[in-house]
Amino acid sequence: MSLLKPGHRGCAGCCDALAAKFVLDALGEDCIVVSPTGCLEVFTSPYPESSWGVPWIHSLFENAAAVASGIEAALKAMGKMNDTKVVVIGGDGATMDIGLQAISGAFERGHDLIYICIDNEAYMNTGIQRSSGTPMYANTTTSPAGKASFGNPLNKKNMPAIIAAHGSPYVATASVAYAPDMIRKVKKAAQIKGPTYVHVHAPCCTGWKFEGSKTIEVGRLAVETALWPLYEMEKSEVTGVRKIKNRKPVEEYLKAQGRFRHLFTMEGGAEEIKKIQATADWNVKHFGLEVRELKLMKK
Amino acid sequence: MKLIIKTVAKPGSSNVNKTGAWRSFMPVFDHKLCNKCGICAMYCPEGVVYKLENGFFEPDYEYCKGCGICANECPKKAIIMVLEGK
Amino acid sequence: MRNRMVVVEGSYAVAHAVKVCKPHVISAYPITPQTHIVEDLSQFAADGEMNCAYMNVESEFSAISALIGSSAAGARTYSATTSQGLALMHEALFNASGMRLPIIMTVVNRALSAPINIWNDQQDSISQRDTGWIQLYAEDVQESADMIPQLYKIAEDEGVLLPAMACMDGFILSHVYEPVILLEQSLTDEFLPDYSPEFVLDPKNPMSFGTFADPTTYTEFRYKQEKAMGVALKKIEEVAIEFSEKYGRYYGGLIDGYMLEDAEIVIMAMGSVIGTIKDTIDMLRKDGESVGLLKVRSFRPFPADEIRKALKNANVVITLDKNISVGKNEGALCTEVKACMYNNIDASAPVIGFMLGHGGRDIPISTIVKIINKAKLVEKGIFVESEFADLREDLA
Repeated sequence: MSLLKPGHRGCAGCCDALAAKFVLDALGEDCIVVSPTGCLEVFTSPYPESSWGVPWIHSLFENAAAVASGIEAALKAMGKMNDTKVVVIGGDGATMDIGLQAISGAFERGHDLIYICIDNEAYMNTGIQRSSGTPMYANTTTSPAGKASFGNPLNKKNMPAIIAAHGSPYVATASVAYAPDMIRKVKKAAQIKGPTYVHVHAPCCTGWKFEGSKTIEVGRLAVETALWPLYEMEKSEVTGVRKIKNRKPVEEYLKAQGRFRHLFTMEGGAEEIKKIQATADWNVKHFGLEVRELKLMKK
Repeated sequence: MKLIIKTVAKPGSSNVNKTGAWRSFMPVFDHKLCNKCGICAMYCPEGVVYKLENGFFEPDYEYCKGCGICANECPKKAIIMVLEGK
Repeated sequence: MRNRMVVVEGSYAVAHAVKVCKPHVISAYPITPQTHIVEDLSQFAADGEMNCAYMNVESEFSAISALIGSSAAGARTYSATTSQGLALMHEALFNASGMRLPIIMTVVNRALSAPINIWNDQQDSISQRDTGWIQLYAEDVQESADMIPQLYKIAEDEGVLLPAMACMDGFILSHVYEPVILLEQSLTDEFLPDYSPEFVLDPKNPMSFGTFADPTTYTEFRYKQEKAMGVALKKIEEVAIEFSEKYGRYYGGLIDGYMLEDAEIVIMAMGSVIGTIKDTIDMLRKDGESVGLLKVRSFRPFPADEIRKALKNANVVITLDKNISVGKNEGALCTEVKACMYNNIDASAPVIGFMLGHGGRDIPISTIVKIINKAKLVEKGIFVESEFADLREDLA
């Protein structure tokens, strides 16, 4: 039985629920979870109901990393830490925007904690507004496509790089569509001393506009098009990547989601899609994602 | 019901909320086609696809929201989504 | 006991008191004039004199947030801040109180920007009076230090469980050197029990903290906080007396009086200005003036009944406020005293408000005398509702 109990109010097909489930599968009962304000917090904790089978605390939107720091410090000071894992499970907005200061402080101080960012690429709980995790040209309510715009004009903030620059001993990207890989990475993050970070891609059917049944399929396409590279870093060095056997063009990923539909219907959309393809190409080159073709030598 | 003062709620108390009432489509599991890979259980966001003693899987229809991920991901196409009769 | 007095800086006396109360986690961010307290605490930690985690955080918001986590995990916690730092914590103050976490924080009262000013007034803590934190105001350095174990005992009581601010006037009390008795470890070990809350973050007994409450459940949480303040009203008095019995030092409970019983003119104030007022009263009494002091020690919970009783025989009540609610032309103590006197059938003295000392402007005895003379005009039918008592005509 999962430590994230049923009866929560996540959408049918919810990526956040999947991510939280996998984190708890990886860590087991001996953990304390901190969540900032966001979808996950809201749909798991309407008083007096709670879906959390482990100790859990929600304080504010921007301070989860600081609260987790305080819990870790308290447990150590009281001699009660033992093997208990302190873990933050929070969204992209809470982590990369309003919570950036707190996570920077926590990682700089070097607390023993695990930070899992569930990146569904917008402020979903408040109604799908743009965050610094929103990818280029995604349609959100505060970066909508319109007569004069193709949607969000900016690239995602490179949060794993920022955390690696703080000297974190382990930084990884993961995806809810690759559950065994994600669970392995969370377990690894838990074993390593110091502040570790796993950035999880979470396709949100409500915000990205696709059928709830396609959550895993869309997540897979993000990885297969190289728009979401799966890699691990130890002390700023990339130490592991998941190579892509048959890379797909980004159109396959984009057309599966309503938030990119305008790129296929607006004039000039095709040109803009090339920019997204360039990002994917850069990821392939930078992380070495493509499986090298076997060249048959003539005897 | 006694109000616990600290906005503290008991774990797992969400199970009073029977989210099975949400769905329009329900997954029907065909064990003849199933290869017991467990992908359906892995990717259920509610965590309510359970392994039976015989190794096959079944959802808890009290909570299943009918999202269809299990049907979409099953490599053997052993799960189909059926419109639930009223 | 008197021969154990030492001359130390006010900040040191407070830091020492915190050390003696044995917190598990201290988390703070430096800001003048709080800095010496946290520096002294850091030195205690570095010298191995404290068995606690000392966190140098990256802002006051993170300081209080870390303590929210620590307190929920069952730790005794402490922070100190002032002015801009306290204002930055605003959101989290509500959160800590709503989650019923007995965090203790010294607020070294300082004026708020803009204009930026590092000197004393009480605008900072007064501006947080709705956040659900207990607020006690210290008259001198000894009280600033002795307030710490008292507040832990009050806040951690299972009928209270609210966070508390120990307010002390910046520079005036934090940076002054006074003879004090440093808080006694052996007495405090007897006076202050361990903090052992019923609900903590513990994998062996998992609970969910900070759940969201919709319209059908939210009100009762606020109601329970208010009830807890009611329990705190009693506890503040009880603990003050317990403390005096154990340590031999007393500062009043919720309020305190000086030459109050027969006073026709009563001055009310909070904090270090009390000392100046007492000197003024001594001087004026020699001239036969019937003037007395009502010290307000607890601003939250507000001791309305005690104030009403204390003002029974007064002809005129003067309130001094080192703060202002801009737009009301009044300080908070004035507004709240007027409110509690309004339906008071036992007494009907007019309440006249004076705002002064903003941004650290000195309050000499002459200003107090000027105020008292202004208040006497009420008998001639000249009524002053509320005004600045120390305005510079050349700048105004």
